Amino acid sequence: MRPTVRFLSNQLLEDIVGEARSLLEKLGIEIHNPGILDMLGDHGAKIDRDKKRAFPGGEIIDKALEAAPSGFRLYDVEGGETHDLSGHNVHFTPGSAAINVLDYETGGSRRPTTEDYVRYVKVVSRLPHLSSQSTALVPADVHQNISDSYRLFLSLMYCSKPVVTGAFTIDAFNIMKDLQIAVRGSEEALKAKPLTVFSCCPTAPLKWSDVTSQNVVDCAKYSIPVEYISMPLSGFVAPITLVGSLVQHTAETLSGIVISQLTNPGTPVLYGGSPAPFDVRYETTPMGAVETMMIDCAYNEIGKHLGLPTQAYIALSDAKLLDAQAGVESSMGATLAALAGINNVSGPGMLDFESCLSIEKLVLDNEICGMVLRMIEGIEPREDFPAQPRFEELLADHHLLISKHTRRYLRDEHYIPGPVVDRANHSRWLEEGGRTLGERAHAEVERLLGEHEPTALPGDVRKDLTERMSVEARRHGMTSLPHENL
Amino acid sequence: MAGLAEISEAVIRGDDEQVDRLTKQAIADEISAKNILDDGLIAGMGTVGERFKAHEIFLPDVLMAAKAMYAGMDNLRPLLIKEGVPSLGKIVIGTVQGDLHDIGKNLVAIMLKGAGFDVIDLGNDVAPESFVETAKEHGASIIGMSALLTTTMPVMKSVVECVEKEGLAGKVRTIVGGAPVSKDFAAQIGADAYGFDAANAVDRVKCLISEN
Repeated sequence: MRPTVRFLSNQLLEDIVGEARSLLEKLGIEIHNPGILDMLGDHGAKIDRDKKRAFPGGEIIDKALEAAPSGFRLYDVEGGETHDLSGHNVHFTPGSAAINVLDYETGGSRRPTTEDYVRYVKVVSRLPHLSSQSTALVPADVHQNISDSYRLFLSLMYCSKPVVTGAFTIDAFNIMKDLQIAVRGSEEALKAKPLTVFSCCPTAPLKWSDVTSQNVVDCAKYSIPVEYISMPLSGFVAPITLVGSLVQHTAETLSGIVISQLTNPGTPVLYGGSPAPFDVRYETTPMGAVETMMIDCAYNEIGKHLGLPTQAYIALSDAKLLDAQAGVESSMGATLAALAGINNVSGPGMLDFESCLSIEKLVLDNEICGMVLRMIEGIEPREDFPAQPRFEELLADHHLLISKHTRRYLRDEHYIPGPVVDRANHSRWLEEGGRTLGERAHAEVERLLGEHEPTALPGDVRKDLTERMSVEARRHGMTSLPHENL
Repeated sequence: MAGLAEISEAVIRGDDEQVDRLTKQAIADEISAKNILDDGLIAGMGTVGERFKAHEIFLPDVLMAAKAMYAGMDNLRPLLIKEGVPSLGKIVIGTVQGDLHDIGKNLVAIMLKGAGFDVIDLGNDVAPESFVETAKEHGASIIGMSALLTTTMPVMKSVVECVEKEGLAGKVRTIVGGAPVSKDFAAQIGADAYGFDAANAVDRVKCLISEN
């Protein structure tokens, strides 16, 4: 039996979805993109152009939901399948788009460079429980208009895992799409084997900006999977109640599905989000709050009910350092996400309200992910019945350390973590240096960097990617790119 | 002709049947017993120890390798005696008087045997005199003591004192271990070494023997 968790009764779930649909039909959704308003109007939605609002009715929403696939797969740079985003399958991916990196040497956070990004990507490539990479850092040593595409470029050059990413401008989508086509060889090949997931965020409450709504449309045109990141902030720009926030999240996410599925029916989508209760003391959006996790798990239930794969920003922390709070919040989130069966779980590595990435934390979080992935495999008998022969063996030999049964199932039954998780006895721990979690994690980061091997991306594709990125850089006044000096 | 590297590989794989067959073959090929021991069995166990420390393999793998090593040792033992090859070392081991917990001690004994030592296991609830008498009787150079209870830890001190009283200090070295025992405690009672776990105990015993 797969262990699960649920927060919504069937009735409450139906009520939330019903209210969200009613909101879209009666209050509508504000979309700052005339082309998309026209497109929705062409499909029969009521449009108020002066107020930039569309009012998609039940029929349009149903049509979109019918068209959206119930799952999809992702493939790495070399074309190997890495993800089956469907059912209750769980995949972890680093949190995304931090503007700071936690510097191990100084203990402080600072703006990341290309070197930080490449270190991060090389480490991710060696962490087995993170099935994808994300464009987790925004390098500050390139022009801001290429900081999104340049991240994707570095990711594709240094790590073969698929990439959770996003464009900061409408313009940047083109190069980001072209880089992917260059890896796959053609538009059709990219469509057949998706390489990235683009995060596209509505703006609370009930609004789409020109950029993000256009990103949804552009992704749909190339069948690039999209994850919708609705961010209701309970008590501020969303109702204080979790139910009210869920109604808003549902309406915003349904509107995104309508945009993509009417643009190109069948485009892969993830029913995702990054909600939070608004902290009325610090004016912040805590990602480690238990209510964040509750809303995440609950909208995941709604997404599954609607027949869609899901995503959430959940296994992360608001701590500023790799401290106990970082561990508590990240592991609580990862545990709930895995139990809930959220398909794409974003967060590992992330601190400080998704604004700071710690590579050391990423290594610890990889272990948390390993533990919870073991947990959701559940408890199953493995040649355990009848029990008597095993106990006869135990009583006769006094231990089962070399029993065939032990050796057959040790690695499946027990998750054995890496050296970041301390399980030595006290004397051994002392003798081996009495190292803190941070020290162990840093040593592991250095070890993994030492083990890094280049991906199998062919040389001509690397050259093509580099040329495309250089052209884009020159377009923004940069004659060279920092990665050339690494 | 059975290669010694092949014997090592079979030890590493924990394949006792192969080790048995290959050592017999090596003996038939007139390779010296000491050579088979050092460059076959012990070399294999050395690799196993390194992989275990690097967390590439786990305790069951080490114990399977140890079992395979025993299979080879059974064939070599009479020849080693005949060739006059001294044992790697004899160790008397037991859980101290008043303590019936022997799981950890058993693990240490298995690991020591796997490393090629002769182990005389006195079981549990072993009186101080019994440790020392047995060591004298068998010419053992190491006494290994285990305790799980804080209440039985003082018995370890009695054993160390007994070794001194018998005039064996320096000739018979003592090593202690067990959940409540620490490096500091070992130093306090005058024990020669402390092992924080079974694999570490083997390393410490090797050090004590090389010092001797």
